[in-house]
Amino acid sequence: MTSILGISAFYHDSAACLLKDGKIIAAAQEERFSRKKHDPRYPHNAVEFVLKYSNMKLSEIDQIVFFEKPFLKFERLLETYVAFAPRGFASFSKAMPIWIKEKLFQKNLLFNKLKEHDENFKSDENIFFSDHHLSHAASAFFPSPFEEAVVLTADGVGEWATTTVAVGKKNDLEIKKEIHFPHSLGLLYSAFTYYTGFKVNSGEYKLMGLAPYGNPIYEAKVKELVDIKDDGTFRLDQKYFNYATGLTMTNKKFHNLFGQKPRDSKNERITQFHMDIAASIQKVTEEIMIKLAKVVRQEYNIENLCLAGGVALNCVANGKILQEKIFDNIWIQPAAGDAGGSLGAALALWHIEHKKERVINLNDDMKGSFLGTEFNQEEIEKELKLAGANFETFHYEDLISKTAEFLSNEKAIGWFQGRMEFGPRALGARSILGDPRSDKMQKNLNLKVKYRESFRPFAPSILREDLSDWFNINVDSPYMLLVADVSSNKKIEMNEEQKKLFGIDKLNIKRSEIPAVTHVDYSARIQTVTKETNKPYYDLISKFKEKTGCPVIVNTSFNVRGEPIVNSPTDAFNCFMGTELDYLVVGNCILEKSKQDPKLKKDYTKKFELD
Amino acid sequence: MSFIKEFWEFLRIRKKYWLLPIIIVLVIFGGLIVLTQGSAVAPFIYTIF
Repeated sequence: MTSILGISAFYHDSAACLLKDGKIIAAAQEERFSRKKHDPRYPHNAVEFVLKYSNMKLSEIDQIVFFEKPFLKFERLLETYVAFAPRGFASFSKAMPIWIKEKLFQKNLLFNKLKEHDENFKSDENIFFSDHHLSHAASAFFPSPFEEAVVLTADGVGEWATTTVAVGKKNDLEIKKEIHFPHSLGLLYSAFTYYTGFKVNSGEYKLMGLAPYGNPIYEAKVKELVDIKDDGTFRLDQKYFNYATGLTMTNKKFHNLFGQKPRDSKNERITQFHMDIAASIQKVTEEIMIKLAKVVRQEYNIENLCLAGGVALNCVANGKILQEKIFDNIWIQPAAGDAGGSLGAALALWHIEHKKERVINLNDDMKGSFLGTEFNQEEIEKELKLAGANFETFHYEDLISKTAEFLSNEKAIGWFQGRMEFGPRALGARSILGDPRSDKMQKNLNLKVKYRESFRPFAPSILREDLSDWFNINVDSPYMLLVADVSSNKKIEMNEEQKKLFGIDKLNIKRSEIPAVTHVDYSARIQTVTKETNKPYYDLISKFKEKTGCPVIVNTSFNVRGEPIVNSPTDAFNCFMGTELDYLVVGNCILEKSKQDPKLKKDYTKKFELD
Repeated sequence: MSFIKEFWEFLRIRKKYWLLPIIIVLVIFGGLIVLTQGSAVAPFIYTIF
C-alpha cells in the first residue's frame, strides 16, 4: 500500500489530504479546526486529522507533496519587480523579508512543521513539489467520471500561470497552454471585488451574488481594462492595476475610468453603481470563460470538460457554459480553490509521476465531497453534555420526521450529520436549513441567523429526480456549482411597477413558489441530492416533500458571517446559541432553543471578523 | 547546503542565471532587513506573494 499526503498552505485556504493507493481517504481545510477563515498557516490540525482518520503515523506515509513550487513563484516575483522597477519598491521591501526569512526555504519549513506530528519522521527526501495549476487540473480531472477530458483551470495566480488548458486521458494529464501573470481572470475579478468594497480572496462570491441586481452598463469600460481575443485569451492593461507591484488591486486610472473611488465597506453603503459594476464584470467573466470553452472544445474535439481553480467557483459562469451546450458533460472540482490543491498535488504524484492506473468511478470518486471529520453518537452526546446542552435523542425515522416537521413550520435548523464537506460549500453535512416556500426566510436567515448582507441569496437543495420539474436544468449538480433558472411554471412574474424597483427592494417581491432560493433574476445555485451520496439529507428532503409537496429546501453553510463552517458538535452548539436558529439536529440528537440554558447564549455578532 | 544545491539546480534548469546577482544582493540586504525588524507579516489587502 502506498500512502500520499498532499498539503496546500502559506497563501490562503491551507488544507491536507491523504490518499491510499490513489483512493481519497480524507481531506480537510485548516480553517475548520483553527476557526480562522481562509487560514493560510501550515495545516497542523488538518494533517493530524487525515493521519488519525487513516490510522497512520506521519513516519509511515510514503510521500508528501506540496501543491506548488516556491522557487518558481520566487522567480516570478523577482522578474515582475525587475520588469516594473523602480515602481513597486514598497511591495518589494515587504515581500522580500517574508521570502528570505521563510518562504524560500519552504522545504525546510515544511520538514520542521511535519516533524511536530511524529518524532520518527526524520528525512525530507520524500517531500515533493507539484505545480500550482497542475495541482488544480489534477484535482479536476482524476476524480472526474471521464476517461478523457479537457481541463480548464483559472485563478488569481500560481507560480506563473493564471489560466491553463490541459488534456487528460486515462492516467495522464498534460498542460497544453498557459496564460501567465500579470494577465489573470481571477485577479481581474478580484480587482472588482476590491473596488466594490469586499475582501479580496473571500468576497468574490458576494460580487457574483450582487450582479443580478445590476445592469451591465459598464461592460464597455471593463473591456478597456482587458483585451479579449476571439480565442478567449486576454491581456490586462496594467496601467489600470496596482497588484503587480503595489499593495492594492487598482489604481487612480482605474478609479477615474469608472468615476468613483473604491467603496469603503465600513462607511459606504452598496449603491446601484456597485450593482451595475458587479453585473458588468460578471458578464465579461462569462464571455471570457465561454470563449475559452468554445475554442478548446473545437481544438481538442473532446466532449468532456473539467473545471478547477478559484474562477471555477463562479457557478453563474459555469451555468452559462452548461447552457451554451459547448461540452456534453461538465465536472467541477468542489474544492476548486487552493484547498483542493492538496488533493490535486497528491493525485498528480500518484497518477502522473508513479504512472498508476486510474479506475474511473462513475459514482463520484469525491464521495460527495464528504471527506472531513465525523463524530459517532457517543462522541456527539459527550461533547453536547460538556457544553451544557439540553437535548433529546431519537431513532433515525423519528429524527427525520421531526426535522421535516420543523422545516415545514418555517423554523431555522442547524443540521450536523456525517462527515464534513471538503471545499467552501456546505452540502448537507454542516448546513443551516429552512423552508424555501417562506416569504420571510431569506431575510430572516440573512439578518438573524447569518448576520450577513441582506442582498445575498440562498441556495436550494433538491432531490435529483425532481430537478427538471423545478429548474431549467437536468444534469447532476451535487456540489452546488451550477446556476440555472427556476422553471417557468414555478415563477411568479413581476408586474411593471415591481420591475422598476431599485436593487435590493426587488428581493422583497415574491418571485416564485420558492422565494427564499430564487434570486432577483430568477436564478438559483442548485445542489442535487441523491441517496447514494448523503442518505440522511436525502431522506430529510423526501420527508419534507411528503409533508409539503415541495422537494426543495434552503441550504446554507452552518456558520455566521466571517466564521468558518462548524467542524465539531461543540462548534455547532456555540453557533446555535449565538444565533437565532430554532433547532439544532446533531447525529440523533435534537436541541430546541427554548429549552437551553439562557446563560449559555453567546454574543456571536462580533465574535468573527467580518469578511 | 541542500538548499543552495537545489536552488542552483533550479536556476540551471530554468536557465535563469541572470537572477543570481539579484538574489545575492537580496540575500545581503534582505538579511539586514530581517535582522532589523520583528516579524515578517504580509500586508492585509492583497499579496501576490
